Amino acid sequence: MATPNPGTGIRYAGRPRPTQSNFELYSWLFMRVSGVVLWILVLGHLLIMHVLNSVRDIDYAFVENRWANPLWRIWDWTMLILALIHGLNGVRLMSDDYLRKRKHRVIATILIYVAAFAFILIGSITILMFRSPTGM
Amino acid sequence: MEVLVRIKRFNPEKDEAPYWAEYKVQAQPSDRVLDLLNHIKWNIDGTLSYRRSCAHGICGSDAVVINGVNRLACRELVKNVGSRIEIEPIRGLPVIKDLIVDMEPFFAGYKAIHPFLIADDPPADGKERRQSPAERARFDDTTKCILCAACTTSCPIFWTNDVYVGPAAIVNAHRFIFDSRDRGASIRLDVLNSQAGVWR
Repeated sequence: MATPNPGTGIRYAGRPRPTQSNFELYSWLFMRVSGVVLWILVLGHLLIMHVLNSVRDIDYAFVENRWANPLWRIWDWTMLILALIHGLNGVRLMSDDYLRKRKHRVIATILIYVAAFAFILIGSITILMFRSPTGM
Repeated sequence: MEVLVRIKRFNPEKDEAPYWAEYKVQAQPSDRVLDLLNHIKWNIDGTLSYRRSCAHGICGSDAVVINGVNRLACRELVKNVGSRIEIEPIRGLPVIKDLIVDMEPFFAGYKAIHPFLIADDPPADGKERRQSPAERARFDDTTKCILCAACTTSCPIFWTNDVYVGPAAIVNAHRFIFDSRDRGASIRLDVLNSQAGVWR
C-alpha cells in the first residue's frame, strides 16, 4: 500500500519541518557507545597511572617509555577523541535545551565546534607526532 | 482529620508574583484532593481557580503538582498524601490564574505528531478497515492517554526547550505508528527523529 507523500499538506504546529536527517539518532547512539568504551579506557588509565604506578614515578621518561608501544598511543588517542566529542556533544545538547535565544545557540554551537577541532588537533599532534629524543 | 492545604496562587490582574495561600480544611482520609479544592472554592474562597470536568480521571483537566509530584487531583486520596498538602500548577506552562495553565504549548507538541488516522488508500474490501484483536492490542496501552500533561510537564527538558514534543506526544505517536490501519508512520517518525523529538 502506498504511503502518502510526506511533503503534501502537512503542518508541524509551528515547529521547524523535520529535515529527514539521522544526525540526532547517531549522536544519541554515539553517546551510549562512547560512554561504555570510555568507562573501560578511563578506568584502565586510572589503574595504570594512579594505582599500579605511584604519581611520584610518573615523569617524562615514564610517558616516553609507555608511548614507545603503539598500543598505549592508540589507547590515549582514542580516550582523548571519545572524551572530547562525548563531553562537547553533551554541552551541545544542553545548549539546545537551555539557551532559548537562537543567536545564543548559534554562538554556543560555533564555540563548541571550534573547541572540538582545536583540542582534537592539539591532542592528536601531541600523541601521534611524539618522537622520543632518546630513540625509544 | 484536619488538613493544611497550601495552594500556590496567582492572579495576573492583582499579584506581582505567585504566593502560597493556606487553608485549614476538615477532611476524611478517603476524600480526594479535588474534594479539598472544591471545599475551599465553595465554602472558603470563591476566587480560587482550577480546572475540573469529569472528576473521575478521564477528562485530564485537573493535573496539578501535589507535594512535588504531578498527579490528578481527582485520583489522589488524602490518606495517601498526608495532612499537609501543597498544590501548585503543573510546571513549564504559563499560569493563567491560580492552578489554571495555558495548555497550548503542550497541545502544539501533540499536534506536531499528527494525532489522527492517516489512511488515504481505499479499504481492502471498499467498505471498512478491519483490524484483528491482536492488531488492536498492539497499541492498546497508548490509547489510554488522557492528555492531562502530567508526564510532559514533569520533564525538565520541556520546561526549557520550547520545541521538544514531550512524552505525551511520543506516546500518541506510538498509538498511530503501531495501528495496522495507519499509513502515516513515516511522517510521525520524521518528527520523532528530529532535534525536537525523542533524542533529547
